Amino acid sequence: MDILYFAWVRERIGLPREQVQTTAATVNELVAELRDREERYAAAFADLSALRVALDQELSEFDAPLDGVREVAFFPPMTGG
Amino acid sequence: MRILVQEAPFELGAESDAFAAGVAGAGAVVTFTGVVRDADQGGLQAMEIEHYPGMTEKALTAIAEEACKRWSLADALVIHRHGRLAPGERIMMVATAARHRKDAFEAAEYLMDYLKSRAPFWKKEILSGGGADWVAAKDADEDALKRW
Repeated sequence: MDILYFAWVRERIGLPREQVQTTAATVNELVAELRDREERYAAAFADLSALRVALDQELSEFDAPLDGVREVAFFPPMTGG
Repeated sequence: MRILVQEAPFELGAESDAFAAGVAGAGAVVTFTGVVRDADQGGLQAMEIEHYPGMTEKALTAIAEEACKRWSLADALVIHRHGRLAPGERIMMVATAARHRKDAFEAAEYLMDYLKSRAPFWKKEILSGGGADWVAAKDADEDALKRW
């Protein structure tokens, strides 16, 4: 599964994307796995209310299932316009 | 409907003229342009805009398609830049065309409200004195969606 990070999430974790092998059933489970990896992940995912998630380029929720999902992106609330 | 996500500057006059020429029977054309403002009296050196290639185009297309369903539009245009922009540079524009101005104005506002908080762009302010800050999303931007 490809995981992408944007804006300060990318900066805090230190990379824009990576491939992850996971058996996580939901986004929340994936986040728990990432948090356990290293301090920089724990810092980036400390407050999920400050984050948004997209599954295969569609905005989604943290309790959403990951069945068949190929691309997960984590980022802060968007500030376009 | 035309959606452009690009690093290069765009010509506001040329884009507006081309858009209006394509909807000659419409009667009402509204354009809005967003410009990098210097919020802090000379404190801003540049604005860096990051986006999510692929999702950005999909999200903008979905927002514009929804606007075309809700209002009777002859056409809609969204141009949004990314990369490093100086104060005074144009970030983005939307244009809408309809038979009557109410549709054109409302659809343009809808496009702006949605692309502010539902299209994957993130702004970072590069400060003249050194340092940089990610622009935080405002509650007011999220609240603005509720009226639609």
